[in-house]
Amino acid sequence: MITPVLQIENLTVAYRRGGEWLEAVREVSFHVHAGETFGLVGESGSGKTTLVLAVMRYLGENGVVKAGGITLAGRDLLALNPVEMEKIWGKQIALVPQNPGSSLNPSMRIGEQLAEVLRHHFAMDAAEANQHALDWCERVHLPDPDRVANSYPHQVSAGMQQRVLIATALCTEPGLLILDEPTSSLDVTTQAVILDLVRELIRGRQTAVLYVTHNLGVVAQVCDRVGVLYAGEFVEQASARELFSQPLHPYTQGMLASVPLLGKTKERVHLRAIPGQIPPLGELPGGCVFRPRCQLAVQICETRPPLYVSSPDRIVRCHRWAEIQKGQVGDWQLPAVSKMSEPAEDEHRRLVLNLDALQVHYPRHRSLQEALLRQPARKVSAVRGVSLAIPQGRTVGLVGESGSGKTSLARAIMGLTVRSSGSIALLEMPLPISLSQRDLATLRRLQMVFQNPEEALNPYLTVGETLRRPLITLLGRSRAEADREVADLLHAVRLPVSCAARLPGQLSGGELQRIAIARAFASNPVLLVCDEPVSALDVSVQAAILDLLLELQVESGSSLLLISHDLAVVGYLADKIAVIYLGHLMEVAQATDLFRPPYHPYTEALLSAIPLIDPTAGQRPIRLAGDIPSPTEMPSGCPFHTRCPRFLGEICEKETPPWREVATTGKRYYCHIPEDDLRAAQERPPVFGRSLTR
Amino acid sequence: MLKVSRAQGAAPSWGWRLARFFKRLYAKPLSAIGTTITLIFLLVALAGPLIAPYGENEIVASDARQPPSAQHWFGTDNLGRDVYSRVVLGARQILVLSGLGTFLAVVGGTFLGLLSGYRGGWVDEGLMRFFDSLLALPALLLALVLLGTFGPSTFSVVGVIVIVYTPIVARVVRSVVLVVKSKGFIEAARLQGESQARLLLREIFPFVLPALAVEAALRFSYAIFLVASLGFLGAGVQPPNPNWGLMVKEARSFVNQVPWALYFPAGAISIVVIGVNLTADGLKRAWQAAD
Repeated sequence: MITPVLQIENLTVAYRRGGEWLEAVREVSFHVHAGETFGLVGESGSGKTTLVLAVMRYLGENGVVKAGGITLAGRDLLALNPVEMEKIWGKQIALVPQNPGSSLNPSMRIGEQLAEVLRHHFAMDAAEANQHALDWCERVHLPDPDRVANSYPHQVSAGMQQRVLIATALCTEPGLLILDEPTSSLDVTTQAVILDLVRELIRGRQTAVLYVTHNLGVVAQVCDRVGVLYAGEFVEQASARELFSQPLHPYTQGMLASVPLLGKTKERVHLRAIPGQIPPLGELPGGCVFRPRCQLAVQICETRPPLYVSSPDRIVRCHRWAEIQKGQVGDWQLPAVSKMSEPAEDEHRRLVLNLDALQVHYPRHRSLQEALLRQPARKVSAVRGVSLAIPQGRTVGLVGESGSGKTSLARAIMGLTVRSSGSIALLEMPLPISLSQRDLATLRRLQMVFQNPEEALNPYLTVGETLRRPLITLLGRSRAEADREVADLLHAVRLPVSCAARLPGQLSGGELQRIAIARAFASNPVLLVCDEPVSALDVSVQAAILDLLLELQVESGSSLLLISHDLAVVGYLADKIAVIYLGHLMEVAQATDLFRPPYHPYTEALLSAIPLIDPTAGQRPIRLAGDIPSPTEMPSGCPFHTRCPRFLGEICEKETPPWREVATTGKRYYCHIPEDDLRAAQERPPVFGRSLTR
Repeated sequence: MLKVSRAQGAAPSWGWRLARFFKRLYAKPLSAIGTTITLIFLLVALAGPLIAPYGENEIVASDARQPPSAQHWFGTDNLGRDVYSRVVLGARQILVLSGLGTFLAVVGGTFLGLLSGYRGGWVDEGLMRFFDSLLALPALLLALVLLGTFGPSTFSVVGVIVIVYTPIVARVVRSVVLVVKSKGFIEAARLQGESQARLLLREIFPFVLPALAVEAALRFSYAIFLVASLGFLGAGVQPPNPNWGLMVKEARSFVNQVPWALYFPAGAISIVVIGVNLTADGLKRAWQAAD
């Protein structure tokens, strides 16, 4: 039998906190063979980071391996002292960390950092190491490797920094490569390119790869075998293909049922959130750790389930796996829903919000020289002439990568940026640009949900006080009336009334976002702007928040402007979707039509970049070259021409494209390529594959 | 234990917070010592005439220039006044002066700092440049100049402390406001039409409070120092006031005959300053632990 590169046996890791030991990882066993990619999936708090730290022997002073063993190529890692570990780090185990920006030395040139690793591990002389470093820059497809090698980390983009780190990790030809959420902080188009690179580099190499992530799509696309962690325990371990075609553990099923899939709109499926949240360490339930949240829990689940071996190389920690396998319990496929609203009759609806040629600028300070030469002050435009209408009771989605201007647009609508031009009309009445000029009636009609619920709620105010304020200020309720209505609000967002006395610090992220939503709905707004309402939350909590928004919207009849970088989230909730790039809208379409050709080339690239939760999906790779240009250096002609995979030539560089309309669906897109040509080029094979749900 | 209260508990009451606060303050030996010293001096200042055996200017002629003894714990000065009584009675005087000055400086500084940080623009620019010009002068020099202008009196000593320390407090407050005001919850509150006064006092002020408390304690210790220094230089309160700085100045000429008349008030100054400083340090630590 071949010795695996990494073998972990019954590993238990504990942290000391306040005089007691809390076991963050319990009895975890797995192995990774040479040339194999093992995916470690889990939400925050599942113990995946602890596991990585234990393997790297990076546990802090308060962390200790309590039981079990870690062997690297037959060698007991736990028995080594720090001096011996130094020979292992970098040479035999290499780590690509989550945040590329903070992992590179900001005071050293990139080439030097790479060369330093080579000199240290291979005793190369300076010239040879520099040459090798340059080779590696080429191998990770850095554009213009000479220039990048001579740059400091802050001078290159996050995507390029991550390539450099991958090169640094792989240049020693390590036996084990650990990738800890390497793409979580990157945009989806950059993520796709990095994932391609990782796959390309590990193919044909005998490196064992441990890939840690919370993103199920990434796991499906990259990994051979997958282990699902929940609250410090493996609940299921299987090959990627088996796991995604037939998950056996209720938690895995729940996760799959709670992730919005590309092209699945609210008219067709209904996401199913896992109730509750991951139990904090020290409050673990007895028996099966997932029992309190499990729909299938029965009497026997009060005893701790062993690891059942359901088939060779597949284990599951659930008492009822056999019944699940036979399909007797646990139908995890998403149920189709009856239509909640009918699309395509927007003409009869009143426009709640109408943006006409909206621009948002940020002023740049003039340098002394410019001021002396009396040059006019320059400005950076984040939003450049966006026209968009939101009909009553509808959800309009706005999708874009970071730097696309979507948040600036939201802030301009809310009056939080002062410098904008163009017109905003709310209920056909022009809206003052600045918040301080808007009256209470306007504030009441227009509310917002922020991205990060922990920042959006004052930690010093109780939930009750936070919720009471809009009732008093905007609706003029008395204190006693407001207190009564706070209970109704909490009830509406499915929180117990006792929450009112809590401080935000005592609640979880999902609960906080519910409170932020309750606050926004308190004044019964006609338009609610949601800026990335779920991106700061865990997967299993996201679905609950999306469903809550959906329900509250149906009840209240409010319109929603949903801003997100996640096309699947927007696709699920929105009736109409607008795609934004560098402050320009690229495409506006009904949600169902956006996922059908012809697409705008940028939408096409976005769709094909999203890792699908289906290892068998045949996805056509369309990758964007380079990074999103800085808004200070706006490309001429079509803003997308510098990265466009369907670049035509001079016309794209010189002339601004027209808005074209697809006659049959009403989809509008901003491109020089006519509908028929675009359709012919995109008809097949599919840009994004077939997904799991029917 | 903490876990349980997190799961079930409501927002903690003020009494509970105060108890926890003192527990943290007494968790480290140094801040425990500092806090104890501060509390003792405050008690002495409060009790003043009750524990002083003689009046502050009561001359016991026969006892002039007596060394420390059972009858005169700290001895008597060259005029025959009981040094112990003067130090005890001087505590109230110096703590009240510097305490009042600090309090007014903190109130004024908080107000200006909140306003300057939140409003920004020319209000901020104007106030900060004015404060910069005040801070460009050493505190003692500025105090001497001001006292020269107002004329020496108890009242003007308080005024000097306020003028010297308001800019410093305002800057500390402003720096916290600048961080907090860009947070989402401030924008959310603005979107709900909250008044500016409420935004500043209810939403932002709680963030300022920890830094402010530390700064206030620190300013208090420097104010004691300043009052004593001004007394010593003869620019502040005038004789026969039992100001510790003044006592040191008077005893300086007779240091060979009555050294105790110099050492005890000088020691009182250093001990109370050290005590308050350690308390400020402990406050900072207590709040950091709370975060």
